[in-house]
Amino acid sequence: MPEAVVDLEIQLLLEALYQRYHYDFRHYARASIKRRLVQARDQLAFPTISAMQDRVLHDPSMLPRLLDYLTVQVSEMFRDPSYFRALRESVLPHLKTYPSLKVWIAGSSTGEEVYSLAILFREEGLYDRTLFYATDINPEALAAAEAGVYPLDRIRKFTENHQKSGGRSSLSDYYTAAYGRAVFDKTLRERVVFSDHSLVTDAVFAEMHLISCRNVMIYFDRPLQDRAIGLFHDSLARKGFLGLGSKESLRFSAHAGGFSDFVPGEKIYQRREP
Amino acid sequence: MSAAPVKPPVKAVVIGASAGAVQALLTILPALPASFALPVLVVVHVPPDRDNVLVSLLQAKCRLTVKEAEDKEPLVGGTVFFAPSDYHLLVETDGTLAISTDEPVNYSRPSIDVLFESAADAFGEALVGVVLTGANHDGAAGLRAVTQAGGTAIVEDPNFAHSRAMPLAALEASPEAAIMTIDAIASYLSSLGTTR
Repeated sequence: MPEAVVDLEIQLLLEALYQRYHYDFRHYARASIKRRLVQARDQLAFPTISAMQDRVLHDPSMLPRLLDYLTVQVSEMFRDPSYFRALRESVLPHLKTYPSLKVWIAGSSTGEEVYSLAILFREEGLYDRTLFYATDINPEALAAAEAGVYPLDRIRKFTENHQKSGGRSSLSDYYTAAYGRAVFDKTLRERVVFSDHSLVTDAVFAEMHLISCRNVMIYFDRPLQDRAIGLFHDSLARKGFLGLGSKESLRFSAHAGGFSDFVPGEKIYQRREP
Repeated sequence: MSAAPVKPPVKAVVIGASAGAVQALLTILPALPASFALPVLVVVHVPPDRDNVLVSLLQAKCRLTVKEAEDKEPLVGGTVFFAPSDYHLLVETDGTLAISTDEPVNYSRPSIDVLFESAADAFGEALVGVVLTGANHDGAAGLRAVTQAGGTAIVEDPNFAHSRAMPLAALEASPEAAIMTIDAIASYLSSLGTTR
Protein backbone atom coordinates (compact mmCIF):
# COMPACT_ATOMS: atom_id res chain seq x y z
CA MET A 1 0.00 0.00 0.00
CA PRO A 2 1.40 3.45 -0.85
CA GLU A 3 2.77 5.26 2.20
CA ALA A 4 0.67 8.31 1.36
CA VAL A 5 -2.46 6.21 1.91
CA VAL A 6 -1.21 4.95 5.27
CA ASP A 7 -0.44 8.52 6.28
CA LEU A 8 -3.96 9.57 5.33
CA GLU A 9 -5.45 6.65 7.27
CA ILE A 10 -3.50 7.73 10.34
CA GLN A 11 -4.69 11.31 10.02
CA LEU A 12 -8.30 10.11 9.76
CA LEU A 13 -7.96 7.72 12.70
CA LEU A 14 -6.53 10.47 14.93
CA GLU A 15 -9.38 12.77 13.91
CA ALA A 16 -11.88 9.99 14.67
CA LEU A 17 -10.39 9.37 18.12
CA TYR A 18 -10.66 13.06 18.87
CA GLN A 19 -14.20 13.58 17.62
CA ARG A 20 -15.58 10.37 19.10
CA TYR A 21 -13.66 10.09 22.40
CA HIS A 22 -11.89 13.47 22.87
CA TYR A 23 -8.48 11.87 22.94
CA ASP A 24 -6.33 14.27 20.97
CA PHE A 25 -3.22 12.81 19.38
CA ARG A 26 -3.39 15.06 16.35
CA HIS A 27 -0.35 17.05 17.45
CA TYR A 28 1.78 14.12 18.49
CA ALA A 29 5.09 13.68 16.65
CA ARG A 30 3.98 11.72 13.64
CA ALA A 31 6.88 9.30 13.05
CA SER A 32 6.47 7.59 16.44
CA ILE A 33 2.67 7.55 16.19
CA LYS A 34 2.96 5.88 12.82
CA ARG A 35 5.27 3.17 14.17
CA ARG A 36 2.89 2.46 17.00
CA LEU A 37 -0.24 2.40 14.86
CA VAL A 38 1.35 0.13 12.27
CA GLN A 39 2.40 -2.13 15.13
CA ALA A 40 -1.16 -2.07 16.54
CA ARG A 41 -2.59 -2.87 13.11
CA ASP A 42 -0.26 -5.85 12.66
CA GLN A 43 -0.49 -7.24 16.20
CA LEU A 44 -4.27 -6.84 16.44
CA ALA A 45 -4.53 -8.40 12.97
CA PHE A 46 -6.36 -5.62 11.16
CA PRO A 47 -5.83 -5.53 7.39
CA THR A 48 -5.60 -1.73 7.41
CA ILE A 49 -5.56 1.20 9.79
CA SER A 50 -8.93 2.20 8.33
CA ALA A 51 -10.35 -1.14 9.49
CA MET A 52 -9.00 -0.41 12.94
CA GLN A 53 -10.70 2.99 12.82
CA ASP A 54 -14.01 1.40 11.85
CA ARG A 55 -13.79 -0.92 14.85
CA VAL A 56 -12.83 1.71 17.41
CA LEU A 57 -15.56 4.08 16.24
CA HIS A 58 -18.29 1.49 16.77
CA ASP A 59 -16.84 -0.53 19.63
CA PRO A 60 -15.72 1.53 22.67
CA SER A 61 -14.13 -1.57 24.22
CA MET A 62 -11.49 -1.27 21.52
CA LEU A 63 -10.40 2.15 22.79
CA PRO A 64 -8.30 0.99 25.79
CA ARG A 65 -6.37 -1.43 23.62
CA LEU A 66 -5.56 1.28 21.14
CA LEU A 67 -4.67 3.73 23.92
CA ASP A 68 -2.10 1.26 25.18
CA TYR A 69 -0.34 1.41 21.85
CA LEU A 70 -0.61 5.18 21.64
CA THR A 71 0.37 6.17 25.16
CA VAL A 72 2.03 3.60 27.36
CA GLN A 73 5.67 4.17 28.11
CA VAL A 74 7.65 1.64 30.03
CA SER A 75 10.06 3.55 32.24
CA GLU A 76 12.40 2.60 35.05
CA MET A 77 12.46 3.72 38.64
CA PHE A 78 15.17 6.36 39.06
CA ARG A 79 15.77 6.40 35.29
CA ASP A 80 18.80 8.68 34.73
CA PRO A 81 20.02 8.46 38.35
CA SER A 82 21.97 11.70 38.01
CA TYR A 83 18.65 13.56 37.60
CA PHE A 84 17.44 12.28 40.96
CA ARG A 85 20.82 13.03 42.50
CA ALA A 86 20.53 16.61 41.26
CA LEU A 87 17.03 16.90 42.72
CA ARG A 88 18.32 15.54 46.01
CA GLU A 89 21.38 17.75 46.21
CA SER A 90 20.26 20.97 44.52
CA VAL A 91 16.47 21.24 44.46
CA LEU A 92 15.25 19.62 47.68
CA PRO A 93 17.36 21.93 49.90
CA HIS A 94 15.28 24.79 48.43
CA LEU A 95 12.01 22.93 48.86
CA LYS A 96 12.84 22.30 52.53
CA THR A 97 12.18 25.97 53.23
CA TYR A 98 8.45 25.56 52.42
CA PRO A 99 5.94 24.39 55.05
CA SER A 100 3.93 22.46 52.44
CA LEU A 101 4.74 21.29 48.93
CA LYS A 102 3.04 20.23 45.76
CA VAL A 103 4.73 18.04 43.15
CA TRP A 104 3.29 17.15 39.76
CA ILE A 105 4.41 14.12 37.79
CA ALA A 106 2.92 14.90 34.38
CA GLY A 107 2.55 11.87 32.14
CA SER A 108 3.10 9.44 35.00
CA SER A 109 2.35 6.34 32.88
CA THR A 110 2.67 3.19 34.99
CA GLY A 111 4.08 5.05 37.99
CA GLU A 112 7.80 4.30 38.13
CA GLU A 113 8.67 7.98 38.47
CA VAL A 114 5.94 8.54 41.07
CA TYR A 115 7.40 5.94 43.42
CA SER A 116 10.93 7.17 42.74
CA LEU A 117 10.00 10.70 43.81
CA ALA A 118 7.99 9.47 46.80
CA ILE A 119 11.02 7.49 48.01
CA LEU A 120 13.35 10.42 47.38
CA PHE A 121 11.10 12.79 49.34
CA ARG A 122 10.78 10.28 52.17
CA GLU A 123 14.54 9.83 52.36
CA GLU A 124 14.99 13.58 52.53
CA GLY A 125 12.31 14.03 55.19
CA LEU A 126 9.89 15.94 52.95
CA TYR A 127 7.29 13.30 52.19
CA ASP A 128 4.86 14.14 54.97
CA ARG A 129 4.48 17.74 53.92
CA THR A 130 4.16 17.02 50.20
CA LEU A 131 1.15 16.32 48.04
CA PHE A 132 1.96 14.52 44.78
CA TYR A 133 -0.21 14.72 41.68
CA ALA A 134 0.35 11.91 39.20
CA THR A 135 -1.49 12.52 35.93
CA ASP A 136 -1.90 10.66 32.69
CA ILE A 137 -4.49 10.35 29.95
CA ASN A 138 -4.56 6.55 29.98
CA PRO A 139 -6.90 5.21 32.71
CA GLU A 140 -5.30 1.76 32.65
CA ALA A 141 -1.83 3.24 33.11
CA LEU A 142 -3.15 5.31 36.04
CA ALA A 143 -4.63 2.17 37.61
CA ALA A 144 -1.32 0.35 37.18
CA ALA A 145 0.51 3.30 38.73
CA GLU A 146 -1.85 3.27 41.68
CA ALA A 147 -1.37 -0.48 42.14
CA GLY A 148 2.43 -0.10 42.25
CA VAL A 149 3.21 -3.68 41.24
CA TYR A 150 6.19 -4.40 38.99
CA PRO A 151 7.75 -7.59 37.66
CA LEU A 152 10.52 -8.74 39.94
CA ASP A 153 12.99 -9.00 37.08
CA ARG A 154 12.92 -5.21 36.72
CA ILE A 155 13.89 -4.62 40.36
CA ARG A 156 17.61 -5.22 39.89
CA LYS A 157 17.82 -2.26 37.50
CA PHE A 158 15.60 -0.12 39.76
CA THR A 159 17.86 -0.92 42.73
CA GLU A 160 21.02 -0.11 40.80
CA ASN A 161 19.53 3.22 39.66
CA HIS A 162 18.36 4.06 43.18
CA GLN A 163 21.84 3.53 44.59
CA LYS A 164 23.41 5.65 41.85
CA SER A 165 20.94 8.43 42.65
CA GLY A 166 22.47 8.70 46.12
CA GLY A 167 19.71 6.71 47.84
CA ARG A 168 20.02 6.75 51.63
CA SER A 169 17.99 3.61 52.15
CA SER A 170 17.61 0.23 50.51
CA LEU A 171 14.99 -0.05 47.81
CA SER A 172 13.95 -3.37 49.34
CA ASP A 173 12.62 -1.42 52.34
CA TYR A 174 9.79 -0.24 50.08
CA TYR A 175 8.43 -3.38 48.46
CA THR A 176 7.37 -6.93 49.22
CA ALA A 177 8.33 -9.63 46.77
CA ALA A 178 5.79 -12.32 46.01
CA TYR A 179 5.06 -14.58 43.05
CA GLY A 180 7.59 -12.93 40.77
CA ARG A 181 6.27 -9.46 41.51
CA ALA A 182 7.35 -6.56 43.67
CA VAL A 183 4.45 -4.86 45.44
CA PHE A 184 5.35 -1.35 46.55
CA ASP A 185 4.45 -0.13 50.02
CA LYS A 186 1.06 1.57 50.00
CA THR A 187 2.22 4.25 52.42
CA LEU A 188 4.29 5.58 49.50
CA ARG A 189 1.06 6.58 47.78
CA GLU A 190 -0.81 7.89 50.80
CA ARG A 191 -0.07 11.40 49.64
CA VAL A 192 -0.39 10.79 45.91
CA VAL A 193 -3.45 11.86 43.92
CA PHE A 194 -3.76 9.87 40.68
CA SER A 195 -5.75 11.80 38.15
CA ASP A 196 -6.78 11.96 34.53
CA HIS A 197 -5.27 15.07 32.98
CA SER A 198 -4.29 15.92 29.42
CA LEU A 199 -1.46 18.28 28.58
CA VAL A 200 -3.15 18.72 25.22
CA THR A 201 -6.62 19.82 26.28
CA ASP A 202 -6.69 20.49 30.05
CA ALA A 203 -5.68 23.53 32.09
CA VAL A 204 -3.78 24.50 35.22
CA PHE A 205 -5.18 22.80 38.33
CA ALA A 206 -2.87 23.69 41.23
CA GLU A 207 0.21 25.69 42.14
CA MET A 208 3.25 23.41 42.07
CA HIS A 209 6.71 23.65 43.59
CA LEU A 210 8.16 20.96 41.34
CA ILE A 211 6.93 19.54 38.05
CA SER A 212 8.64 16.50 36.62
CA CYS A 213 7.72 15.71 33.02
CA ARG A 214 10.35 13.55 31.45
CA ASN A 215 10.29 12.00 28.00
CA VAL A 216 6.66 12.94 27.52
CA MET A 217 7.01 16.03 25.36
CA ILE A 218 9.37 14.30 22.91
CA TYR A 219 6.15 12.74 21.61
CA PHE A 220 4.59 16.14 20.92
CA ASP A 221 5.06 18.38 17.91
CA ARG A 222 6.52 21.82 18.48
CA PRO A 223 3.24 23.78 18.92
CA LEU A 224 1.98 21.19 21.42
CA GLN A 225 5.30 21.28 23.28
CA ASP A 226 4.88 25.02 23.57
CA ARG A 227 1.37 24.61 24.95
CA ALA A 228 2.57 22.13 27.58
CA ILE A 229 5.55 24.25 28.61
CA GLY A 230 3.27 27.30 28.89
CA LEU A 231 0.95 25.24 31.08
CA PHE A 232 3.87 24.22 33.29
CA HIS A 233 5.00 27.83 33.59
CA ASP A 234 1.53 28.90 34.68
CA SER A 235 1.27 25.96 37.10
CA LEU A 236 4.50 26.70 38.94
CA ALA A 237 4.73 28.65 42.14
CA ARG A 238 7.15 31.54 42.27
CA LYS A 239 10.63 30.14 41.62
CA GLY A 240 9.20 26.64 41.17
CA PHE A 241 11.17 23.91 39.42
CA LEU A 242 10.63 22.02 36.18
CA GLY A 243 12.51 18.80 35.37
CA LEU A 244 12.66 17.43 31.82
CA GLY A 245 14.16 14.33 30.20
CA SER A 246 17.91 14.20 29.67
CA LYS A 247 17.60 14.89 25.92
CA GLU A 248 14.86 17.48 26.18
CA SER A 249 15.40 21.21 26.27
CA LEU A 250 13.57 24.51 26.52
CA ARG A 251 16.04 25.98 24.05
CA PHE A 252 13.72 25.82 21.04
CA SER A 253 10.59 26.76 23.00
CA ALA A 254 8.61 29.98 22.82
CA HIS A 255 8.67 29.99 26.64
CA ALA A 256 12.46 29.66 26.99
CA GLY A 257 12.61 33.15 28.51
CA GLY A 258 10.24 32.15 31.29
CA PHE A 259 12.77 29.81 32.87
CA SER A 260 16.39 29.82 33.92
CA ASP A 261 18.73 26.83 33.83
CA PHE A 262 18.98 25.63 37.41
CA VAL A 263 20.99 22.43 36.98
CA PRO A 264 21.92 22.74 33.29
CA GLY A 265 23.32 19.24 32.67
CA GLU A 266 20.27 17.62 34.24
CA LYS A 267 17.59 19.68 32.48
CA ILE A 268 16.26 21.13 35.71
CA TYR A 269 14.82 24.60 35.18
CA GLN A 270 13.52 27.24 37.55
CA ARG A 271 10.64 29.56 36.84
CA ARG A 272 12.05 33.01 36.21
CA GLU A 273 10.24 35.91 37.81
CA PRO A 274 9.85 39.12 35.82
CA MET B 1 20.66 -2.52 -10.05
CA SER B 2 19.88 -2.28 -13.76
CA ALA B 3 19.48 0.81 -15.89
CA ALA B 4 16.58 2.01 -13.82
CA PRO B 5 15.06 5.45 -14.23
CA VAL B 6 17.37 8.15 -12.95
CA LYS B 7 16.79 8.76 -9.27
CA PRO B 8 16.35 12.23 -7.83
CA PRO B 9 19.38 13.72 -6.07
CA VAL B 10 20.13 12.14 -2.73
CA LYS B 11 18.91 14.22 0.22
CA ALA B 12 20.16 12.20 3.18
CA VAL B 13 22.33 9.27 4.24
CA VAL B 14 21.52 6.90 7.10
CA ILE B 15 24.12 4.57 8.58
CA GLY B 16 23.71 1.73 11.06
CA ALA B 17 26.51 -0.11 12.81
CA SER B 18 27.02 -2.32 15.82
CA ALA B 19 29.98 -4.50 16.89
CA GLY B 20 33.07 -3.09 15.18
CA ALA B 21 31.35 0.23 14.51
CA VAL B 22 34.09 2.50 15.81
CA GLN B 23 36.75 1.36 13.35
CA ALA B 24 34.32 1.38 10.42
CA LEU B 25 33.04 4.88 11.17
CA LEU B 26 36.57 6.15 11.75
CA THR B 27 37.29 5.15 8.15
CA ILE B 28 34.10 6.43 6.54
CA LEU B 29 33.21 9.68 8.25
CA PRO B 30 36.63 11.42 8.29
CA ALA B 31 36.84 10.66 4.53
CA LEU B 32 33.86 12.89 3.77
CA PRO B 33 35.00 16.21 2.29
CA ALA B 34 34.28 19.57 3.86
CA SER B 35 32.05 20.30 0.84
CA PHE B 36 29.80 17.32 1.66
CA ALA B 37 26.31 18.79 1.50
CA LEU B 38 24.06 16.06 2.87
CA PRO B 39 22.90 15.28 6.39
CA VAL B 40 24.20 11.95 7.72
CA LEU B 41 22.24 10.13 10.44
CA VAL B 42 23.95 7.40 12.41
CA VAL B 43 22.72 4.75 14.81
CA VAL B 44 25.41 2.86 16.69
CA HIS B 45 24.58 0.31 19.35
CA VAL B 46 26.28 1.46 22.53
CA PRO B 47 25.57 0.30 26.06
CA PRO B 48 22.93 2.51 27.71
CA ASP B 49 24.21 4.57 30.66
CA ARG B 50 27.26 5.49 28.62
CA ASP B 51 27.67 8.82 26.96
CA ASN B 52 28.40 8.67 23.32
CA VAL B 53 32.19 9.00 23.42
CA LEU B 54 32.19 8.24 19.73
CA VAL B 55 30.77 11.70 19.03
CA SER B 56 33.68 13.53 20.63
CA LEU B 57 36.18 11.14 19.08
CA LEU B 58 34.78 11.78 15.59
CA GLN B 59 34.40 15.52 16.13
CA ALA B 60 38.16 15.72 16.34
CA LYS B 61 38.70 13.70 13.17
CA CYS B 62 35.97 14.86 10.78
CA ARG B 63 35.73 17.86 8.51
CA LEU B 64 31.97 17.85 8.98
CA THR B 65 30.10 18.89 12.10
CA VAL B 66 29.48 15.82 14.27
CA LYS B 67 26.87 16.02 17.03
CA GLU B 68 24.34 14.12 19.07
CA ALA B 69 20.87 14.58 17.61
CA GLU B 70 18.42 16.72 19.56
CA ASP B 71 14.65 16.48 19.65
CA LYS B 72 12.93 18.65 16.97
CA GLU B 73 16.26 19.71 15.51
CA PRO B 74 16.12 20.51 11.78
CA LEU B 75 18.32 18.37 9.54
CA VAL B 76 21.25 20.33 8.17
CA GLY B 77 23.55 19.34 5.31
CA GLY B 78 27.20 18.66 6.05
CA THR B 79 26.33 17.49 9.55
CA VAL B 80 26.56 14.04 11.12
CA PHE B 81 23.82 13.37 13.68
CA PHE B 82 24.24 10.49 16.13
CA ALA B 83 21.30 8.93 17.94
CA PRO B 84 21.59 9.65 21.69
CA SER B 85 22.23 6.51 23.73
CA ASP B 86 19.07 4.88 25.11
CA TYR B 87 16.78 6.79 22.70
CA HIS B 88 15.49 5.91 19.26
CA LEU B 89 16.16 8.48 16.55
CA LEU B 90 13.50 9.16 13.92
CA VAL B 91 13.08 11.54 11.00
CA GLU B 92 9.80 13.41 10.58
CA THR B 93 8.47 14.05 7.10
CA ASP B 94 9.04 17.79 7.59
CA GLY B 95 12.79 17.14 7.81
CA THR B 96 13.16 17.54 11.57
CA LEU B 97 14.49 14.94 13.98
CA ALA B 98 12.59 13.23 16.77
CA ILE B 99 13.68 10.97 19.61
CA SER B 100 11.65 8.41 21.51
CA THR B 101 11.87 6.13 24.52
CA ASP B 102 9.65 3.51 22.91
CA GLU B 103 10.63 0.00 23.80
CA PRO B 104 13.81 -1.45 22.31
CA VAL B 105 13.54 -2.94 18.82
CA ASN B 106 15.75 -5.99 18.16
CA TYR B 107 16.85 -5.56 21.79
CA SER B 108 18.31 -2.23 20.73
CA ARG B 109 17.64 1.38 21.63
CA PRO B 110 18.57 3.18 19.51
CA SER B 111 17.51 0.80 16.78
CA ILE B 112 18.74 0.97 13.19
CA ASP B 113 15.35 -0.25 11.92
CA VAL B 114 13.52 2.62 13.62
CA LEU B 115 15.80 5.25 12.04
CA PHE B 116 15.84 3.66 8.58
CA GLU B 117 12.08 3.10 8.40
CA SER B 118 11.24 6.65 9.39
CA ALA B 119 13.91 8.06 7.06
CA ALA B 120 12.60 5.92 4.19
CA ASP B 121 9.21 7.46 4.85
CA ALA B 122 10.57 10.97 4.90
CA PHE B 123 12.98 10.77 1.95
CA GLY B 124 11.78 7.89 -0.25
CA GLU B 125 13.99 7.58 -3.34
CA ALA B 126 16.27 10.35 -2.16
CA LEU B 127 17.77 8.26 0.66
CA VAL B 128 20.93 6.17 0.87
CA GLY B 129 20.94 3.53 3.61
CA VAL B 130 24.17 1.88 4.73
CA VAL B 131 24.37 -1.19 6.97
CA LEU B 132 27.82 -1.85 8.42
CA THR B 133 29.41 -4.43 10.69
CA GLY B 134 27.42 -5.94 13.56
CA ALA B 135 26.63 -9.13 15.42
CA ASN B 136 22.82 -8.94 15.35
CA HIS B 137 19.99 -8.46 12.84
CA ASP B 138 19.05 -4.85 13.44
CA GLY B 139 18.94 -2.84 10.22
CA ALA B 140 17.68 -5.65 7.98
CA ALA B 141 14.03 -4.59 8.09
CA GLY B 142 15.09 -0.95 7.94
CA LEU B 143 17.17 -1.43 4.81
CA ARG B 144 14.26 -3.31 3.27
CA ALA B 145 12.10 -0.25 3.92
CA VAL B 146 14.72 1.93 2.23
CA THR B 147 14.72 -0.18 -0.96
CA GLN B 148 10.93 -0.52 -0.95
CA ALA B 149 10.64 3.26 -0.86
CA GLY B 150 12.96 3.42 -3.88
CA GLY B 151 16.08 4.45 -2.01
CA THR B 152 19.61 3.12 -2.44
CA ALA B 153 20.85 0.29 -0.20
CA ILE B 154 24.49 -0.39 0.59
CA VAL B 155 25.85 -3.18 2.77
CA GLU B 156 29.38 -3.62 4.00
CA ASP B 157 31.01 -6.67 2.41
CA PRO B 158 30.45 -9.40 5.02
CA ASN B 159 33.76 -11.05 4.05
CA PHE B 160 35.66 -8.03 5.27
CA ALA B 161 33.39 -6.85 8.07
CA HIS B 162 34.46 -7.04 11.71
CA SER B 163 31.19 -8.91 12.42
CA ARG B 164 29.32 -10.40 9.49
CA ALA B 165 25.91 -11.22 10.98
CA MET B 166 24.36 -7.81 10.48
CA PRO B 167 25.54 -7.33 6.86
CA LEU B 168 24.41 -10.87 6.03
CA ALA B 169 20.95 -10.30 7.53
CA ALA B 170 20.64 -7.02 5.63
CA LEU B 171 21.63 -8.71 2.35
CA GLU B 172 19.16 -11.48 2.91
CA ALA B 173 16.38 -8.93 3.38
CA SER B 174 17.58 -6.69 0.52
CA PRO B 175 19.36 -8.84 -2.11
CA GLU B 176 19.48 -5.86 -4.46
CA ALA B 177 21.75 -3.91 -2.10
CA ALA B 178 25.20 -2.96 -3.36
CA ILE B 179 28.00 -4.78 -1.52
CA MET B 180 31.05 -2.62 -0.83
CA THR B 181 34.14 -2.57 1.33
CA ILE B 182 34.49 0.18 3.90
CA ASP B 183 36.88 2.09 1.62
CA ALA B 184 34.48 1.82 -1.31
CA ILE B 185 31.62 3.06 0.87
CA ALA B 186 33.75 6.03 1.93
CA SER B 187 34.53 7.04 -1.64
CA TYR B 188 30.97 6.40 -2.86
CA LEU B 189 29.51 8.64 -0.15
CA SER B 190 32.16 11.30 -0.78
CA SER B 191 31.21 11.39 -4.46
CA LEU B 192 27.54 11.79 -3.55
CA GLY B 193 28.12 14.82 -1.51
CA THR B 194 30.27 16.66 -4.03
CA THR B 195 28.53 15.99 -7.34
CA ARG B 196 25.38 17.84 -6.37
